[in-house]
Amino acid sequence: MIKEIAKLEEKIRLNENTYLIKVLSSKIAEEGVPGQFCNIKVSESNFPLLRRPFSISNIEDEFVFFMFDVQGEGTKILSQKESGDELDILGPLGNGFGFDDDFDTAVIVAGGIGVAAFPFLIDNIPDEKEVYSFIGGRTDKHVITNGMENILISTDDGSLGIKGNVIDLLKRNENLFEGKKIKMFACGPNPMLKALQSYAIEKKYNCELSIECAMACGFGICQGCVVEDKENEDKFKLVCVDGPVFDVEEIEL
Amino acid sequence: MSKVDLSVKLGKLELKNPIMFASGTVGYGNEISKFTDLSKIGAIVTKSVSLKPRKGNPPQRIFETASGMLNAIGLANVGVEAFIKEKIPFLEEVKSTVICNIAASTIEEYVECTKILTNESTIKGFEINVSCPNVKEGGLQFGNDVNAVGRITEKVRAATDKPVIIKLSPNNSNIVEFAKTAEKEGADAVSAINTLVGTAFDIYTRKPKIKNITGGLSGPAIKPVALAKVLDISRNVDIPIIGIGGISSWKDVIEFMIAGASAVQLGTINFVNPNAGIEMLDELVSYCKENQIEKLSDLTASYVL
Repeated sequence: MIKEIAKLEEKIRLNENTYLIKVLSSKIAEEGVPGQFCNIKVSESNFPLLRRPFSISNIEDEFVFFMFDVQGEGTKILSQKESGDELDILGPLGNGFGFDDDFDTAVIVAGGIGVAAFPFLIDNIPDEKEVYSFIGGRTDKHVITNGMENILISTDDGSLGIKGNVIDLLKRNENLFEGKKIKMFACGPNPMLKALQSYAIEKKYNCELSIECAMACGFGICQGCVVEDKENEDKFKLVCVDGPVFDVEEIEL
Repeated sequence: MSKVDLSVKLGKLELKNPIMFASGTVGYGNEISKFTDLSKIGAIVTKSVSLKPRKGNPPQRIFETASGMLNAIGLANVGVEAFIKEKIPFLEEVKSTVICNIAASTIEEYVECTKILTNESTIKGFEINVSCPNVKEGGLQFGNDVNAVGRITEKVRAATDKPVIIKLSPNNSNIVEFAKTAEKEGADAVSAINTLVGTAFDIYTRKPKIKNITGGLSGPAIKPVALAKVLDISRNVDIPIIGIGGISSWKDVIEFMIAGASAVQLGTINFVNPNAGIEMLDELVSYCKENQIEKLSDLTASYVL
């Protein structure tokens, strides 16, 4: 866990609103594991004041990749960075996915920019294991498939893949993984994760959720990013240090 | 000029430099120590400790605003028992001067908490939080009642020989009256300011951005307000003032000292750059050298009005 000034190597526009950036950050590249995130200061000024958390999308040699949607002022500024610009990055932060478990098939469920964390996970899942990627978006313009494998798609308006949400898509394709030793990994908007949580618990699937939350520091001191702890109602869990990846049985969304 | 003396005095408490970490922005030291050397900081003020553990407020707890942030954490903390067992051993290791911040809902609770902690050798002083804007009981209920602040100061003073700092709220009409009362009842210093009550709304859902509806505003946005409060207190009381409010550079430290602060606390900046405090130390030395200041503490209340 360090603070590093990293140089932006390359910026790729994936679709109208989504970017992939590649930054030279040898220390974070050395330490980072799938599911972790970094907290990035996108400007040197007080605007915006706080860092912005981004999943590590992938790591190759000394390079770290981040994938993001332009949603507010912070991501807008980040999207305007050019090769050679410097970024102040704190990371790697958080816990990461448990991908060493005993499973044969990884079922990835991602909504919108929720796909960001998965290319790194997929690269780290041993080749002999099967991977399915269930990806949902609002329209065909919001579906991101970069770095994903065995892709199935749903869109809210039916402009790509099936019409419906990603949970509908998953349920319709249960035959692909039913009866296999699976583990689900999910990231996306809260309503999607909530629906998946009920589904996974009902079906007794091993499932991890990577959740998003507004945070200030990203390393446990501000206590801003809390989520209800299913096992202990007297305290919250912190998304930044106890997560961002949680077992479905751990938290109340 | 060969050497600059950065040390400052808060009554009987001597700090190696004026930079302290504000309560609630440094936890109990362990997380931030991965990014900064706490032994080089003047002092750290722990997250508020209360007699019993507090869960704190439900999310969403924070929201960024123009050059600032709103928070409504609600004094979430492990409680005094776990603090002693689980947190003090680490604080002892980091070799920083540790000030313990205490929060409570009743005067008796402040006193009991202080009595339990006063024998802990790691704790070099107490900061009494009478000004949290985010809890229903205690907090601002006391912070807005000058008599209550007087009674709390008096009783806590009687419960410990260690330095007592009263943390004042800006959310009242006359902070000077509170500072005077704290001084009269035996406080060694006051710290000012706690956060300013604020809110923000989502214009589409028309709901507040913070679940608690209001939160405490911190960050560079509040610095001018904090400076004015420090100046006001400085012109009316003699005990040392610890300046707090939006400090994000070494220049802000100097500015607060000129306005009357003997030391300062860094808060929100720790979230952005956990090593900011240490990075400021060299700059403070350079400033002193350039301006022929041998003792940084000579700057305190050196304003020219």
